Amino acid sequence: MDRLTVSQLSAGLRSGEFSSEELTRQSLARIEAANPSLNAFITVMAEEALTAARAADRRLASGKAGPLTGIPLAHKDIFCTAGTLTSCGSRMLANFVSPYDATVVSKLADAGIVVVGKTNMDEFAMGSSNETSYFGPVRNPWDMERSPGGSSGGSAAAVAAGLVPAATGTDTGGSIRQPAAFTGITGFKPTYGRVSRYGMVAFASSLDQAGTLTATAEDAALLMEAMAGFDARDSTSADQAVPAYSSMLDETLAGKTIGVPQEYFDEGLDSDCERAIRDALDVFVDLGAKITELTLPHLALSVPTYYIVAPAECSSNLSRYDGIRFGYRHPDASDIGELYTRSRQEGFGAEVKRRIMTGTYVLSAGYYDAYYLQAQKVRRLISDELMRCFEDVDIVAGPTTPTPAFGLGEKIDDPVQMYLNDIYTIAVNLAGAPGISIPCGFSGTLPVGLQLIGPHFGEATLLNFAHHYQQQTDWHTKTPALALNDGADK
Amino acid sequence: MNWETVIGLEIHTQLATQSKIFSGERTTYGAEPNTQACLVDLGYPGVLPVLNSEAVAMAVKFGLAIGATIERRSVFARKNYFYPDLPKGYQISQYELPIVSRGSVVIQLDDGGQKRVGITRAHLEEDAGKSLHETFKDQTGIDLNRAGTPLLEIVSEPELSSAAEAATYMRKIHQLVRYLGISDGNMQEGSFRCDANISVRPSGDTELGTRAELKNLNSFRYVEKAIEFEIERQIDVLEDGGKVVQETRLYDSGKDETRPMRSKEEANDYRYFPDPDLLPLEIDEALLDSIKESMPELPSEIEERFARDYGLNPVDIQILTASSEDAKFFEASAEGLDGNYELAANWNKGELRAALNREGVTISDSPVSPADLNNLLQRIIDETISGKTAKEVFEAMWAGEGDADQIIETRGLQQISDVAALEKVVQQVIADNPEQAGQYRGGKQKLLGFFVGQVMQATGGKANPAEVNKLLRARLDADEN
Repeated sequence: MDRLTVSQLSAGLRSGEFSSEELTRQSLARIEAANPSLNAFITVMAEEALTAARAADRRLASGKAGPLTGIPLAHKDIFCTAGTLTSCGSRMLANFVSPYDATVVSKLADAGIVVVGKTNMDEFAMGSSNETSYFGPVRNPWDMERSPGGSSGGSAAAVAAGLVPAATGTDTGGSIRQPAAFTGITGFKPTYGRVSRYGMVAFASSLDQAGTLTATAEDAALLMEAMAGFDARDSTSADQAVPAYSSMLDETLAGKTIGVPQEYFDEGLDSDCERAIRDALDVFVDLGAKITELTLPHLALSVPTYYIVAPAECSSNLSRYDGIRFGYRHPDASDIGELYTRSRQEGFGAEVKRRIMTGTYVLSAGYYDAYYLQAQKVRRLISDELMRCFEDVDIVAGPTTPTPAFGLGEKIDDPVQMYLNDIYTIAVNLAGAPGISIPCGFSGTLPVGLQLIGPHFGEATLLNFAHHYQQQTDWHTKTPALALNDGADK
Repeated sequence: MNWETVIGLEIHTQLATQSKIFSGERTTYGAEPNTQACLVDLGYPGVLPVLNSEAVAMAVKFGLAIGATIERRSVFARKNYFYPDLPKGYQISQYELPIVSRGSVVIQLDDGGQKRVGITRAHLEEDAGKSLHETFKDQTGIDLNRAGTPLLEIVSEPELSSAAEAATYMRKIHQLVRYLGISDGNMQEGSFRCDANISVRPSGDTELGTRAELKNLNSFRYVEKAIEFEIERQIDVLEDGGKVVQETRLYDSGKDETRPMRSKEEANDYRYFPDPDLLPLEIDEALLDSIKESMPELPSEIEERFARDYGLNPVDIQILTASSEDAKFFEASAEGLDGNYELAANWNKGELRAALNREGVTISDSPVSPADLNNLLQRIIDETISGKTAKEVFEAMWAGEGDADQIIETRGLQQISDVAALEKVVQQVIADNPEQAGQYRGGKQKLLGFFVGQVMQATGGKANPAEVNKLLRARLDADEN
């Protein structure tokens, strides 16, 4: 059975077809039924959610509701939520109850969203498989032995399995788009600075960006209208008006141009994925768009560049987890040195430590120029190269990932293989550009994601392309057998 | 061998902003521990720094005051190290690209000469918290009230050549930041402190010797004493055939010596890199212009004006312009006293300062206002009272007995300038002391002082001394003929 989208639920709520409380109860029931096997949630906020749902119902009844009023949603556990555990998937923060709300959280709350829980994720968003979480791996609802991707794997699995109609995520190197591709949903990463980072636990500050995991591009547009915008508390947030994305979805694609980089179709790309992507591009041709080949010679450098820049920033960002003021503290250290060492040793997992060490190394005296500075220069090259494309094309398209969802345990012991899985998504973060992954077919029984990349602040264009595609195709309506399998359907 | 000393100072001055440099938290000194530390100051997960524009304006003011380049684009960097009172595990500072570069100040040397001291750079940064090692037994307390307080670090060129010069330079910067109103300069509260880099080399050598860094000197006196000690120490090491080790040392004021910090405390690779949470700081012409317009008169400008308008000597000027409060006090007290500015200067640096020092009162809190002093000076000038009597009036004013005119009136201190009245006394005194009058007339002219004293005694000190002198001389000389 088809899942209902945010826009459909919004219409149903307004027409009184069902109440927010009913929707919320349904979502909570599905979570209760599916979460033991999926492990998509770290925290379920049943009571808070029902209170919020009843408040939303009152607002709906008073006619003062907005399009998101009463819609259940899950936040990735990287967003600080006042009074609730905000673990970031780490033992280090497994006892951390945030005293404040992230800007994304408060903005969505203001829009009437009902938060049902916090989703599982790779520890501190460092990982591409959700296997680095202190709370255990999330499973892919399409194949329980496979990874849902990461780091926003819990959010992706929750939406794909129909536990919630939408979830927030963050994307530092592909952490929204890759899990969206692996779970057959729509994952949207806006331009760097479009959504405030305040209250989002930092991994790599110059790359981190909040976005959405939804069934459709239209839903992403609705959520973005509430989430995006300037925030005086984030100096890197963009002081630009937020367009009415959801009203710009139907603009024609006739005469628009899609650039397809040949590097996105190298030998690493799974052949079924390639076929699905080529088919998807044909759909755009049918919609009146032109396809043009282009080349991004520096793309291959994006993975090594990213794995210098991101660890460098993370090594510094994660220094605050020292066991002094919050988070995990080793219980019986005898001096300050031991307190730091043991707290961090025990509080962080292997991947986080690997990145802290890498980052510390590349910033060290004598290595800074050769690694960090060099990586910054290459980042500039990669970014300029990608941005130059938009002088000639409206968007760039290609696969989101080289393969469909890989098996749990398949890559976790080989960090380089794991890192290479992000080859198609990372350049977008290095450039600060917006990107979206939408389902475009299957490789066997596993979903394949089509990635669309836009110029800075080209969110409306991307959503417009993605929406047209979803009007022409039904890949985004496909759900795994497990979805909605709780007997609580309305 | 003759040795030459090379000193450079890094002065940390706390900026007097309303709120912290990257958060909206207050910066009031002396609050209960950890009551002025918000989530940003505490380095909570997810929080972000937002630059305080007031701190930027203050740094620019300083840059303009030292004739420096105000960099149109400067960059905040993270200085990474672990310390319990450093909440984020890094300090946000400016490293490669500071906001202010290449300026200078002129200092007054003891020999009367002047010296221009180059200032390499001044950059903005946040302060750390405080570790309280003595408050709790076997435990360290952390007070994060100070964490995030804005600092301007002012780095001089290695151009100071003695402990005295270093102290003079530090005083000069202290004076300047206070004139600019960008820091309260309170050294007891740690608002103004410095690190000194010191090396010695054989006179005439062009290459610098190995330097030692003295950390956290928080008084002018300690700066001077610590540097003096360190210079002697280094010369001793070198003269004994040893080598100076490049290290960080602490000054122990109790023992008046410097000691190396434990090497562990300085073995840091700070891994500086640009802070990705803050955009490069851009300063446009409009901002620069508005700050230029808000600049107060600088000490150097006031010094020039005091020389030109009041004809004061350089030593007096230094004293009277030490702070803008000092300068304002002098100007108000000297208003309308054309031709008598030296008298005003003498009273400002003499009686006034003596009283302030004696009572431990700052000039802003002086019970004698500039107008009070001006009034008193006018009474001296119009000869209502003598300079000596004026001191009595001043003390009475200090004690709150009213203004000069009231006190002169109630205490009956008006000077007797009436020639007829004085003439009578003079005649009497000469008549009472015929022997001395004879000696005077016999050529012992210095006995005039004796007669003046007698007249003053007879008039209770109220006689106008100049008039008395004149009358005595006239009478004594006249009687001779």
